[in-house]
Amino acid sequence: MAESTGPLLAVEDLRVRFPVRSTGLVRRHSGEVSAVDGVSFAIGRGETLGLVGESGCGKTTTGLALLRLVEPSAGRVAFDGTEVTTLGARALRALRRRMAMIFQDPYASLNPRMSIASIITEPLEIHGLHRGRQHRRRRVGELLELVGLSPDYGNRYPHEFSGGQRQRIGIARALATEPDFIVADEPIAALDVSIQAQIMNLLEDLQDTLGLTYLFIAHDLAAVGHISDRVAVMYLGRVVEVADRAALFEAPRHPYTRALLSAVPVARPQVERRRDRIILGGEVPSAADPPSGCRFRTRCPVVFDRCSVVDPVLARQQDGHQVACHHWPGIA
Amino acid sequence: MTDDPEDRATPGAGAPIAEHRTRTRETIGILLTNRLSAFGLVVMGLLIFTAVFGSMVAPYDPTSVDIPARLSGPSLDHPFGTDNLGRDVFSRVLAGARVSFQVGIVAVGISLTMGVVTGLVAGFYSGAADAVLMRAMDMLFAFPAILLAIAVLAVLGPGITNAMIAIGIVYIPIFARITRASTLVVKEELYVRAARSVGASDLRILRRHILPNILAPIIVQTSLSLAFAILAEAALSFLGLGVQRPTPAWGRMLAEGRDFVNQAPWMGIFPGIAVFVTVLAFNFVGDGLRDALDPKQKSVIESRGRAV
Amino acid sequence: MSASEPVLSVRNLTVEIGTRRGTARVVNDISYDVHRGETVAIVGESGSGKTVSALALMRLLPEPPARVGGRVLLDGVDLLRGSERELCRIRGHRIAMVFQDPMTSLNPVLTIGQQLVEPIRLHLPLTAGAARDRAVEMLHLVGIPAPRHRLDDYPHQFSGGMRQRVMIAMALACDPEVLIADEATTALDVTTQAQIVELVAGLQDRMGMAVVWITHDLGVVAGIADRVAVMYAGQVLEEAPVDALYEDPRHPYTTGLLASVPTPGIDRPHRLFAIPGLPPDPVALPPGCPFWDRCAVRGEPRAEFTPQPLRPVGSDHQVACSCAGPAARHG
Repeated sequence: MAESTGPLLAVEDLRVRFPVRSTGLVRRHSGEVSAVDGVSFAIGRGETLGLVGESGCGKTTTGLALLRLVEPSAGRVAFDGTEVTTLGARALRALRRRMAMIFQDPYASLNPRMSIASIITEPLEIHGLHRGRQHRRRRVGELLELVGLSPDYGNRYPHEFSGGQRQRIGIARALATEPDFIVADEPIAALDVSIQAQIMNLLEDLQDTLGLTYLFIAHDLAAVGHISDRVAVMYLGRVVEVADRAALFEAPRHPYTRALLSAVPVARPQVERRRDRIILGGEVPSAADPPSGCRFRTRCPVVFDRCSVVDPVLARQQDGHQVACHHWPGIA
Repeated sequence: MTDDPEDRATPGAGAPIAEHRTRTRETIGILLTNRLSAFGLVVMGLLIFTAVFGSMVAPYDPTSVDIPARLSGPSLDHPFGTDNLGRDVFSRVLAGARVSFQVGIVAVGISLTMGVVTGLVAGFYSGAADAVLMRAMDMLFAFPAILLAIAVLAVLGPGITNAMIAIGIVYIPIFARITRASTLVVKEELYVRAARSVGASDLRILRRHILPNILAPIIVQTSLSLAFAILAEAALSFLGLGVQRPTPAWGRMLAEGRDFVNQAPWMGIFPGIAVFVTVLAFNFVGDGLRDALDPKQKSVIESRGRAV
Repeated sequence: MSASEPVLSVRNLTVEIGTRRGTARVVNDISYDVHRGETVAIVGESGSGKTVSALALMRLLPEPPARVGGRVLLDGVDLLRGSERELCRIRGHRIAMVFQDPMTSLNPVLTIGQQLVEPIRLHLPLTAGAARDRAVEMLHLVGIPAPRHRLDDYPHQFSGGMRQRVMIAMALACDPEVLIADEATTALDVTTQAQIVELVAGLQDRMGMAVVWITHDLGVVAGIADRVAVMYAGQVLEEAPVDALYEDPRHPYTTGLLASVPTPGIDRPHRLFAIPGLPPDPVALPPGCPFWDRCAVRGEPRAEFTPQPLRPVGSDHQVACSCAGPAARHG
């Protein structure tokens, strides 16, 4: 693989809009929802970027748009120097050999009518890798072992496995074509606590041995804080803060990040009792009709008049911390 | 507890939850537990046997005329009696099974293939393709089935081949609709997105991921449609538009029997019973399959085991 | 508070459910007490029997296929022996439940007001007008803005967090002595979860009810519970006051569970502790300790008796493990 120095993935001003039709007998008005509204970030080789946010903030849509599993409406996605958003169907399919995805729901992401072996060999068939039955069978065994399953499970079907085991199978499928980059969309959200740890460790081990780059999407800040090198926080279609893991958790700057962090329950009763929770008022506004100016201003505890007028940009601070907030103007 | 734990799924505790059983066997098992569908299955088996080997079992040649023995009632020689030309009704009913099945299978084969392809394309691509194809299906569907078949036969001319085509066309919309509805559901499944994420083409997704997962309702409909098709063939033959003389067909025999209802009721009764039993059997099997293949019912049974 | 009589006392509760594969022993002889104003958390993973045990004590499990045994005493009255009529008077009035999914636990074709007024009129001697006022008061209490206005709205007009507030308002409308919250915040975002947790704690202070909080989330439990019971394979493996459980967990399962939770932003990410393997199949429970297969400090050979009895290991601290002696500390 040609070593280039730039980031593996660079996203610039990515936007995804969905048409909406109001429900009801008569179509009253139709408009658009900006699920992702100008998102920019970069991920270095071998790095894990955590993408956190609450439901509806657009984090999953961002992940899908990177692989063009939903079509971006605007913006650029450069993967190892190749512009993804303008690729033709053939080139896109070829690129999907190098970018893979792990999905949230291990019960829904495996075709119930296919054996484990055929699920894992499908990417190999598509890309014409490891040709020949013997080779493929050996590869399936290797991949199953790699994710901590018995290599003899190939002839079984998804319903015979537990959630954690299915997630391992999903990971094996993602790894089949030896990708460089994996979008992990809430890979542990549907699993039990003790199984979550197994999968997190597996993802970390695979990164170490295979040199993978991850975009780890989750609503669980604790998990993101554990696995990520850097963390991006999303709110209502925007990235509001990006920083190194430690910086973000020790000294969050955006008021939303602060509230989010303070709301995460910690499994220590004494810490929990002493904590000052920032309880946010109200609800997340509709993405179809976002507030003027800063999108967080309707719930922000430190809002001031400028916030409703000017939309803050994601500004880089001296220490590299990026924040989209008027209280943190950055080093323009 | 401080040691690095062995965190891979241990083979013992990680062994699959349920032992592997093939789906087909399981489905047949469920079918047999239901008395009606078990009855249907047995009758269906007998009918298929008759259709294949009927001519060997039949005591007489179904077309050999024996005028002296005409219109004789059921007896040991002629268990179902003889018709107005002295042909053995029992042999003719057996031979009729073959015609009925032939027409049913070919006709349903036509509707199945055309309907499933139409439904898959319409459901998967939605938009314009969907609108055009499904409006065409609606137009087909708007006519009463038998009238439409008669209309098709009026254009193509009577005969067994054309009857199969006519019946086949009439039932395309049913398959198209069922396929489309299921496709709309399945194409949103996460595993379809997962397949796309590894680079699968549309054709592969349709063939490997969507089709196998929508088979259940299609299989049920196939069984029910066979019943309809056999009934339709009987109706068309009754009207003289289907199978032509002297080939024995149940509908044809009913029509001929009509003229002798008072002198020789057995001429109509036995082919009538044959049609009735056949249609009933296919319907029972269809209903049974619906229950057996219904994932909800099965998941209720399964989930009781691991209630949360 | 433990000096007084418990308001809810669960004694030797067992639930067996008939399945095609055999009888699943989903809840195996669990006992716990809840006092007035106290919050008891039942912690467990999916399949541990925590939800089934709650449904069983409300007599909300269909019998058959379920078979429920033991006693559930609400102020000394056994709910498992009462007639269906008596239960209807008790359910929703003296003991109420909030479910996990705020999206499906409200009837979509009735207004919030209709659904809120119904239990109030059923259980309290109020006129239609007074019941409506009470409904408004409850919505106000759970923090729904413009409550009189929202009463005629349908569930789909509320967000997930707001629906869960409505569910809580419904549960609390008749001043229950016991509130059972089954994964009540699991489907919600963390900021909404924080709102709901705070809301329930505030209402509990004001109304003095007992709360049984069922969850898999050890973080939420740390913030809300007075006592904690850890369930696994239908059994309570450890029961203790919240501080003792987190600071001095005795059962290897509890220790493992606590160690497998990542703590956000604290020092260099260490490797998480992962309990190997999977929970046992409830249809084929092994004899002896259900955790033995996955246990890191198990004794040899596997103990024979089922279930392992809870033994006291500290003040008010009980554990079902033959290896966890009073002096043995793990983790």
